[in-house]
Amino acid sequence: MSGRFVRLAEAGRATITLFVDGVPMRSLAGDTLMTAILTARASLRRSEFGGERRAGFCLMGACQDCWIWTEDGNRLRACSTPAVDGARLCTQQPATAWPTLS
Amino acid sequence: MADPVVAVVGAGPAGVRAAAALVAAGVRPVVIDEAMRAGGQIYRRQPEGFLRSYTDLYGSEAERARAVHDCFDALRDRLDYRPQTLAWTISDRRIFTSGPAGQHVLPFDALILCTGATDRIMPVRGWHWAGCYSLGGAQIALKAQACAIGRRTVFMGAGPLLYLVAAQYAKAGAHVAAVLDTSPVSASLAALPRLLAQPATLRVGMGLLRDLRRAGVPVHRGVTPMEIHGEPDHGVSGVSVRTSHGAILAIDCDAVAMGHHLRPETQLAELAGCAFAFDRMIGQWLPVRDADGRSSQPGVYLAGDGARILGAVAAEAAGELAALTTLDDRGHRVCETARQDAKRTIARARRFAEGLARAFPWPREQISRLDNATILCRCEAITVGDLRRSIAETETDEANRAKAFSRVGMGRCQGRYCGLAAAELISAAVGTPVEAVGRLRAAAPVKPIVIASGGRCER
Amino acid sequence: MTAPASSDVIIIGGGIMGCSAAFFLRRRGLSVTLLESDLVGRQASGTNFGNVRRQGRPLYQLALANRAIAIWREIGMLLDCDVEYRQLGHMRVCYRTRPELAAAMEQYASDARHSDLDLEILSGNTLRARFPFLGKEVLAASFSPFCGHANPRLVSPAFARAAQRLGAVVHERCAVAETSKAGDDFLVVAADARQFRAPVLLISAGAWGDRFASAFGEPLPLSSRGPNMCVTEPLPYVLRPSIGVVTPNTEESVYIRQVERGNLVMGGSFYNPSYPDRFRVDVRPENSLSLWRQIQRLIPAVSRVGIIRTWSGIEGYLPDSAPVMGPSRTTSGLYYAFGFAGAGFQLGPGVGDAMAELIATGRTNIDLTPYRADRFGAA
Repeated sequence: MSGRFVRLAEAGRATITLFVDGVPMRSLAGDTLMTAILTARASLRRSEFGGERRAGFCLMGACQDCWIWTEDGNRLRACSTPAVDGARLCTQQPATAWPTLS
Repeated sequence: MADPVVAVVGAGPAGVRAAAALVAAGVRPVVIDEAMRAGGQIYRRQPEGFLRSYTDLYGSEAERARAVHDCFDALRDRLDYRPQTLAWTISDRRIFTSGPAGQHVLPFDALILCTGATDRIMPVRGWHWAGCYSLGGAQIALKAQACAIGRRTVFMGAGPLLYLVAAQYAKAGAHVAAVLDTSPVSASLAALPRLLAQPATLRVGMGLLRDLRRAGVPVHRGVTPMEIHGEPDHGVSGVSVRTSHGAILAIDCDAVAMGHHLRPETQLAELAGCAFAFDRMIGQWLPVRDADGRSSQPGVYLAGDGARILGAVAAEAAGELAALTTLDDRGHRVCETARQDAKRTIARARRFAEGLARAFPWPREQISRLDNATILCRCEAITVGDLRRSIAETETDEANRAKAFSRVGMGRCQGRYCGLAAAELISAAVGTPVEAVGRLRAAAPVKPIVIASGGRCER
Repeated sequence: MTAPASSDVIIIGGGIMGCSAAFFLRRRGLSVTLLESDLVGRQASGTNFGNVRRQGRPLYQLALANRAIAIWREIGMLLDCDVEYRQLGHMRVCYRTRPELAAAMEQYASDARHSDLDLEILSGNTLRARFPFLGKEVLAASFSPFCGHANPRLVSPAFARAAQRLGAVVHERCAVAETSKAGDDFLVVAADARQFRAPVLLISAGAWGDRFASAFGEPLPLSSRGPNMCVTEPLPYVLRPSIGVVTPNTEESVYIRQVERGNLVMGGSFYNPSYPDRFRVDVRPENSLSLWRQIQRLIPAVSRVGIIRTWSGIEGYLPDSAPVMGPSRTTSGLYYAFGFAGAGFQLGPGVGDAMAELIATGRTNIDLTPYRADRFGAA
């Protein structure tokens, strides 16, 4: 499955490029990270407990279901963070964010 | 002596009108808002560079939305406006905020909380699959991002947003697979006398239904949700409900928008020390508020849907009223006519809200029908069965205790989306009224904040 | 008016001390009535960090701590409930700015060598290799491999339920209004007028313990404060032992552990003000901020993790930070076990066991001298 969100209007905006899990992804200036990712992919992350994929729920910064990472380990709430050209994002916790003992 | 600090938290219709009334009296309020742009959720603005008109975005409410936005824009130079800023707790008459400039502590003399609302959710089996969103979330995707949440969307639940968002989707060209309303037609008829308190709003609502029917959208009333079908890697694939005639109706879709009207965001009021009372009609705990907008805490005022769900029109009035009361309490002369007008608007909205509560009742009986595999708390993946087992093993009859034992409501969202359902489940399991179950205590931070946001020890 | 409910022992206070005492008293065959003003384990016992830590305690306390650890090791079977006790070790560390504390930790390990703590002193490459996530400021560590941590929300209620299964009577939401002794029996009257009678009364009411003691002519200089706690979002599970900073500076004194589900629980760096009369404690946000700054010194990788909740509870403190534990000096049949100064969670099961032994047999092999109620002199 490709994208989840369907663009209905406002398609004339400038394009920008994000890198999600290292893969380039075209989106539009004015997109949130959630829109940018979910117009190309079906999910944002996996649940820590069930393991199933999640794609956000409330879109208003309340449910906390859409937290993703930057490649250097910072946390971003995808529904309320604007997409910026060149941003490098991860849908799984990068090792830089929390150490492993292995 | 420094000027007194009057703070407004939230820049939706209530916060904007509160700020405007304060500015009109010569006060320069601090306005703290999480969003990038003022307007709140109902009048949420699209980002810079988007071109849709006010009518496209807000339909029948276009002029009201424009008025709120214009009002705020005209105030900008006379406010201490702090967008993208989370008020994460209140302590000792100080607001602790986290924003682009880091952590900040704002001591206040008066505080008007206009914290808005989120969707009220009754879980359905499968609501944790990717592609299931709240009704409010589905609306924001369209309003703020010009997107539909899926290719084929089912709208399920009850309340004004159900029809509003479905109609907006249909109008914007999205495929609306069905509107599945849990409330029966009989409930709407019984609610009619109260709904006539705001005849214009009622007309708008009837218009939405007509628009949906014209667009060929199947609308089913009195359904019982059974399952949102899906699977872990691909998310939602369909919905099944039992119709009012007892038949099973299955609909293919890749997205579901669900909700049962709204619940106020009351965490900051609680952290500020405001007293709460249980409201039987809507089955929720609300901060206590007098007719003028005062909370039980001196100097803390409450307005808008964050105090009681009365809708945007009443929120504007309540914001103005709370500001006028703040000014009055601080020794300003205020216009009594404006206060009375605001109170009349709020009174009408209250009667209308009573109608809505009857027309679209919170389906508390559904909680007993949920099977044990249903996820109750999405954050922690706690199932209905987990909570039922915990209640049975521990004889728990109180919300916070159930949280302590089962982890329900212990996750990132702090029980916003599972707390009401968990309370209903406890109530049903132990056979006490839901108000006896209590409510989840609010705790700081009201939303997650990153540890480093508070700075580091320089060494 | 109904006759008072009679039992061999009345316990006032359903924290970990009272609940475990109820359990062990029932195992010894005594009938028990436990009265809790709110819900069991609601205050200090349910809101603490969850450390099952022996090292760092005064040497005289290690016998009691060892009695407790033996119970912790079988607590799941004993209570028929997984209270999430994980014996993954407990580690104390000191910073480079305080090298004298490394020497003090070595001295403690030496002094405690006959107390079965099996402490390992670690520093330099050995420490980094085993715990690579520690901050550069960490100089040395004392690792106690056979301690660990548990879920404080679960432990006291699990003791209470196990005691009930053995026949104890537990009354929650039963605030005590009056206590008196008439003849051989204590009479306890609840706020709702229920009455209870027993020849033995155990006060295990934490920060509220002094008000019951003073009713029997033993006023105690008990104060209260609240721990400064918070928890993060879930992360991959890598941090096995619980870790605390040793320092004379309260601000620097922080501690952290990770639960198996992944959340980091942390606390310390200042205490919160508490108001036992109103059953209220305030989490002061500046204390949370201080904790978050300090914890990054201990484990820098926590810096980008989200905090999802803060909390506190009400803990009782006596001036020497030791509890009152043992028989009253004024009133026969009256016993105390409270004022554990934020360090009672690990001891709890041992205290309950020792108090049950003392009440049932008149003696215990735990030396109660340091815990006497009259050690502060006449008030």
